[in-house]
Amino acid sequence: MTMSRLGPQPTEVIDRSTTPRFRWNGKRFSGFEGDTIASALAAAGEHVFSRSMKYHRPRGILTADYWDPNLLVQVGDDPNVRAGHRLLEAGMNVQAQNVWPSLRHDIKAANGLVSRFLTAGFYYKTFMRPQKLWPAYERVLATFAPGGKVDPDTPHRYHDKRYTHPDVVVAGAGPAGIEAAVAAAAAGARVLLVEHEHAVGGHLRYSSQEPDRAALSELRAALDASGVEVLTDSTVTGRYEDNWLGIVQRSHPIAVERLIKARAKVLVVAPGLIERPYVFSGNDRPGVITSGAARRLINLWGVKPGERAVVFTANSDGDEAAADLDRVGVEVAAVIDGRDGRRISAAQGSSKALEAVLSGGTRTEADLLVVAAGWTAPTSLLNMSGDRPVYDPAVARFFPSDPPGNVLATGGLAGDGSLDELRAHGTTTGKLAAQRAAAVAHRYQARTARALPVTGDEPAWAADLRVPLRRNHHPELYRSDTHGMIDFSEDVGSKDLVAAAREGYDSVELAKRYTTATMGSAQGKLETVNTVAAIAEARGETIAQVGTTVWRPPYAPLTLGALAGRVFEPVRVSSIHPWHEANGVRTILAGQWIRPDHYGDPAAEVRNVRANVGLIDVTPLGKLDLRGPDIPNLLNLLYTNKWSKLPVGKVRYGMMCAEDGVVLDDGVTGRLGDDHYLMTTTSSGAGGVWEWVENWLQTERPHWRVHVTPVTTAYSSINVAGPKSRELVSRVAEGVDLSSEAFKYMEVRTATVAGVAGCFMWRIGFTGELSFELHVPAGHGMHVWEALMEAGADLGVGPFGLEGQRIMRLEKGHFIVGQDTDGLTLGPSTGLSPLIKLDKDDFAGMPELAWAADRKLPMIVAIQPDDPNVVPEEAAQIVRGDTNEILGRITSSRMSPTLGRSICLGQVEPELAAGGTKVTVLLVSGERISATVMDHHAHFDPDGERLRG
Amino acid sequence: MLLVPCPNCGPRNSADLRYGGESHARPDPATAAPLQWRGYLYLRDNPAGWLRETWYCRSGCRRWFTLERNTATNEFRDPPQPGDKRGTKA
Repeated sequence: MTMSRLGPQPTEVIDRSTTPRFRWNGKRFSGFEGDTIASALAAAGEHVFSRSMKYHRPRGILTADYWDPNLLVQVGDDPNVRAGHRLLEAGMNVQAQNVWPSLRHDIKAANGLVSRFLTAGFYYKTFMRPQKLWPAYERVLATFAPGGKVDPDTPHRYHDKRYTHPDVVVAGAGPAGIEAAVAAAAAGARVLLVEHEHAVGGHLRYSSQEPDRAALSELRAALDASGVEVLTDSTVTGRYEDNWLGIVQRSHPIAVERLIKARAKVLVVAPGLIERPYVFSGNDRPGVITSGAARRLINLWGVKPGERAVVFTANSDGDEAAADLDRVGVEVAAVIDGRDGRRISAAQGSSKALEAVLSGGTRTEADLLVVAAGWTAPTSLLNMSGDRPVYDPAVARFFPSDPPGNVLATGGLAGDGSLDELRAHGTTTGKLAAQRAAAVAHRYQARTARALPVTGDEPAWAADLRVPLRRNHHPELYRSDTHGMIDFSEDVGSKDLVAAAREGYDSVELAKRYTTATMGSAQGKLETVNTVAAIAEARGETIAQVGTTVWRPPYAPLTLGALAGRVFEPVRVSSIHPWHEANGVRTILAGQWIRPDHYGDPAAEVRNVRANVGLIDVTPLGKLDLRGPDIPNLLNLLYTNKWSKLPVGKVRYGMMCAEDGVVLDDGVTGRLGDDHYLMTTTSSGAGGVWEWVENWLQTERPHWRVHVTPVTTAYSSINVAGPKSRELVSRVAEGVDLSSEAFKYMEVRTATVAGVAGCFMWRIGFTGELSFELHVPAGHGMHVWEALMEAGADLGVGPFGLEGQRIMRLEKGHFIVGQDTDGLTLGPSTGLSPLIKLDKDDFAGMPELAWAADRKLPMIVAIQPDDPNVVPEEAAQIVRGDTNEILGRITSSRMSPTLGRSICLGQVEPELAAGGTKVTVLLVSGERISATVMDHHAHFDPDGERLRG
Repeated sequence: MLLVPCPNCGPRNSADLRYGGESHARPDPATAAPLQWRGYLYLRDNPAGWLRETWYCRSGCRRWFTLERNTATNEFRDPPQPGDKRGTKA
C-alpha cells in the first residue's frame, strides 16, 4: 500500500500551517499539527509500524484509533504509546517496539516459520519441565517479550487526582451522548461528559456527508451553551458500587494524567460501537484496514490510504468508506457486498502488492483492502454495573439486558435507528437521567439527619418510557472460509482457538486464559466477539449459547502513575519541628509523623542523657483526655491491671490486650483530678486505641459516663531525661515542688513551665533515667523547648532522637508493642504476668489470658551475644544448634553505648526462657553465633535506681 | 465504592468508615467456655443475604452503629436513626 497526503479536506482536524518535526526509528519526519503519530507517518508513506508479538509478522494500520493493536510505539522513554491516538508533538523521538534488529529486517520473523510450534498453550506445554530450568527459559523468553523499554532513570512526572460529585456522568460524546448531556443539564443536573477521543462528535467527526456535518455543528453549539463540563481525551475506566467511577484524564494541562474519582448519581453509558475485524487468511497484513480506519485517515487527517482498493462491506459505513475512497481518487477496484452472502477469503501477496481473494477464487490486485464486517458493542461499563448483555443474532452484536436504574445506555449500545432517532434517544435518556439523579439526591439528603430539612416527598423513580431504538439487520460475519488472526495484540489466530477447544478448553473463560486471546493491549475491544464466535463454531453452538467473557475494569489502560497519583495522606510534624530542622536533624517517618531520628550521632546523644540531660520531642505519643465518673471502670476493662484505687496525682503503667489475649498497646495513664484522667498510648496506636475505647463505650457499656477527647496534637510533649533533669526543670517550672520527696516516681503534677500555664508533667522513665515528661499546649511547644535548651546550656543539655531513645529503652529492656511483640504475642509472653489481674470481674481478653496462664508460652527475654562486638540483625532466627529448627528470633538489637556491647531483646520458646540459657543465633549471613539469655529484661540498672532518684 | 448510610452524617464512602464486621454478642467472660469464646472471636455466619453488621464513622461523627446489609446486592435496610439507642451490637 502506498499512503500519501491528500489536498485539504473540509472535515480535516489538522493545521497545515504548523509542521512539527519528529524522529521515527532515527529518521527525520514531519507532520501537521493535529496529526496523530500514526497519521503523520502514514502520510509520509510508512506502512509497517510494528512486528506482531509471537510471529513477528509486519503490522500496519488496522483501526487508526486508540484501540489499534498494531500501533504501539515507544516515545522517548514512554513505552506502549498508542500511535493511533497520541497527537504528534514537535521533537518526539518515536521508535518501533518488539523489533530486532530493525522494523524492516526482523530476525524473529523466523518464528512465523515455526508457528505450528507456537500454538495455543505453547508456553505452558514447553517450559513447564524440568522446573529447575525455568530461570534459563525466563531469560530467553524475556528477550522475546513485547512492549517497550522502561528507563529506570526516567524523571518523576506529576500525576494528579480529583474527586467530584456530579449528578450525571455521560461516558461518550457521540451524537447520543452529547444530546443526553445537554438534556440532563437543561433539566438542572450538573453533568460531566467524558470523551475518549480528542474531540466530541463520535462517528460524525469522520463523516463527509453534509447532514452529518450539519448535525455535528449543531451538537457542538448546543454543548458549548449547555454548561456541561466536557473532558476530552479522557476515559471512564471503571464503574463500581453506587456509581463510583474512575475516570482517567489524559488531557490535563499540567499533570501527565489525572485520575478522577467521581460519585455520579446517574451514569449514562454511550461509548458507541467499535468496528470488528473480519477473520480470514492474511487479515493482519499491512494494507488490510477497517472501514473506520479508511474514513478517519481520509476525513480527519487528509491521508490517502492507498492507490487501488478492494472494499468488503456489510453495512452503510462500508458503503461510505467506498464512497470516500472514490471521492479522493483511490481506485476502487471491487466492492464486495457481504449482505449478498459474498465473502472475502484471503489477502495474499506483499504489503505493496496485495491480492484480495474472494471465496470462489476470484482474485483482485490492490494495495488496500477495506473491511466493514460489523460491530462490537463495548458493554464494559454495563457489565461492571452487573448487567449481562444479551446477543441478538439478527443484528450480530450484544445488547444491554437489565442494567440497574442508575445506569442508562444510549447510542449505538442501545440500537441503530437514524441519526435523528439516535439523537432523540439521547435527549430522552438525558432527561430521564436528570430526573433519577434528583431522586437520588433527595434520598441522600433525606438520609443526612443534620442537613437542612428536605422539603417535599422523594421524587418518584422516573419510569423508563424511552422508545427503544430500531435495530438494523446485520449479517453474522466472524470468520470466513479460511483461518486468520483474531487477537492482533497477542498473535492468537482462529486456529489456536479451535485447537484450544479440541484440547478441552472449550469454555470462553478457559480458552481465553489458555490462548491469551483478549488479554492484550486491545483488551477485547476488537477480538472478544470473534473469540466467542470461534469457540462457538468449534463447539457447534451459537454465540448466545457460548456467552461472552465478563468485561472488567479498567476499560482503557491507565498508568501506575495515575493510580498512585497525588498522595492525600497528611504528614504531621510537631510544633517544635522547625528547631529540629535548624539543628541538623535526620528525620524518620513513623506512622503519620515525621520525627527526629537523631541529630548526627545517636550514641553521643545516649551518653549525654546518661551523663547530663537530654530533651526528646515525643509529641506523637497518643493522648486521650478522659472525663467522667466511670473512668476507673473503663480503665479496668481496657487494661489488664487494676485501676480502682489510683489516687489523684499518680500515674500507672498498663498493658492492653485484645479479646484474643494478644498485646494491643501499652502506656501510662495518670489521674489529674477526681473525674479527669489522661491516657497515653503508643505513637502508632493512638488512632486505633481511640476507636477501641469508643467501641467499648458505645456498644458494650453505653450506660457508662465517660467522655473521650483525643488530645494528641493539642499538646506538645517533651521528655527531659538524665541525672540533671530535675535541676533543669526546676529552672523553668513554677508552682510545683520537684523534690524527690514531694514529686515521686510515677506521679503527675500540673505546673507553669517557662511562663506557660496549664502544663502538666509526670515522672516516668522509658529511658531508665530520672525524667520528667512535660505536656504543654501545642502552641507553646517551641517556646518551652527553647527555654529548656537555653536554661540548660551550662548543664550540657542536648537533644536526642528516636534512635537514642530506642537504644536506651533497649538497655532498660522495655519492649515496644509491634516491634518486640507480634500478632501472636499473648499478654504473659511479655513477662508482665503480675500485671494481669485475673481476679477482676472482666477485662478485654480475660478468658484467653486465664486459659493462657497455665500454658508454657514463648517469652520475651533479654539476650546478649557472647561476642560483644556482634549485633545480630533484627529478625535473625534463634535456632537449635546446627539445625534450622527455629526456636525464636531477635526482635530488637543495638550496640549499647553505655555498656559497650551488643544487646538484644528476643522472643524464644519457653524451654530457652530461663536466665543463663545458651542460644544459637543464625545471622542473615548464614553465620551462627552463641548468645546468652539474661536474668532480667534490663541490660542496664536492673533495679531502677537511676530513674527513681 | 460502597456508600454507607451513616445515621448522623448521611451516605458516606465506605473508606470514611471502619468496618466492624458482623454484629455479634459478647459472651459473659466469667462463664464462657473456650468453644463459645472462640466462636465469638473467630466464627462468622457470612451469609449471602441480609446481615446485621457494625460500622464506625471514623471520619465523621465517630459513632459505632449497626445496620443491615444484603451482602449479595449491597442494599441497606433499617439503618438506625440519630439518637436511636440501637447503636449497639446485637
